[in-house]
Amino acid sequence: MKSVLPLLAVLAAASVFGIWFRHTRGEFRRKKTVDGPRLTSDQIGIALGERVTMVQFSSAFCSPCRATRVLLEQMVQTMPDVAYAHIDAESHLELVRQLNILSTPTTLFLNRDGTEVGRAMGTPKRSQVLTAVAAVQ
Amino acid sequence: MSSVTSVKSIEIDARGPRFSAAITTLVLALALVTGSVWVALFQAIVFAIGATKGPQFTPYAFIYRSLIKPRLKSPLRTEDVRPPKFAQSIGLAFTLVAIAGAATGTSMVFTVAVAAALAAAFLNAAFDFCLGCQVYLLLARIRSN
Repeated sequence: MKSVLPLLAVLAAASVFGIWFRHTRGEFRRKKTVDGPRLTSDQIGIALGERVTMVQFSSAFCSPCRATRVLLEQMVQTMPDVAYAHIDAESHLELVRQLNILSTPTTLFLNRDGTEVGRAMGTPKRSQVLTAVAAVQ
Repeated sequence: MSSVTSVKSIEIDARGPRFSAAITTLVLALALVTGSVWVALFQAIVFAIGATKGPQFTPYAFIYRSLIKPRLKSPLRTEDVRPPKFAQSIGLAFTLVAIAGAATGTSMVFTVAVAAALAAAFLNAAFDFCLGCQVYLLLARIRSN
């Protein structure tokens, strides 16, 4: 099969996917159902935030997880009513299944009851975090 | 409860794996166009080195260190070696499937497997796509079922 057609097809498909992928990383997606799953402070290992809790799931084979963690840990310093929890996905597979987490990093945004309002996959930008935190009532 | 188990991890220059992914893209493109199992075998050996010893020990990393790195002006950014090492093992799996396909005369298997590895390498090189981020958790979920 000496043809450049398969090559062009792969590169075109991968480019379309790559552009879409990059565009959607970090984007805050609101839960479609009114009430997302509810998490307790026992499950996330810290007390819930007064208004918002950000719960980041990470894995060892994930470079952007570290960048996300650095950003969120830093941002939470200036937001007194927001808490931040970091969870190793691999050692919490039960929770990962329950919450249907498919990739890392995934950051959940919980309201004061611990109910998930929405989530972001990939490393969010600072502005995307602010949008997400503001979207939590 | 929290935090990724803090195994002492090795840090490498993050630009190295990205450069290696670009070379890998070219080599796999050549394998796809020519249908040559030898090119795929060469890449499989490179992947095997990257997956076992680490991506900083492949011939591509050597080219990066000796020719590219001295010319780069961008600041050094390091990353954990495990994500690119994991990606190398996925690449190895695909190229081994491709070689097995060629060896058993099923050129369709060869084409599809090389195409998959090529797509991943290209995404890594062009978009900084992190294969481990997308695949590892799914594998862990399947494995524990």
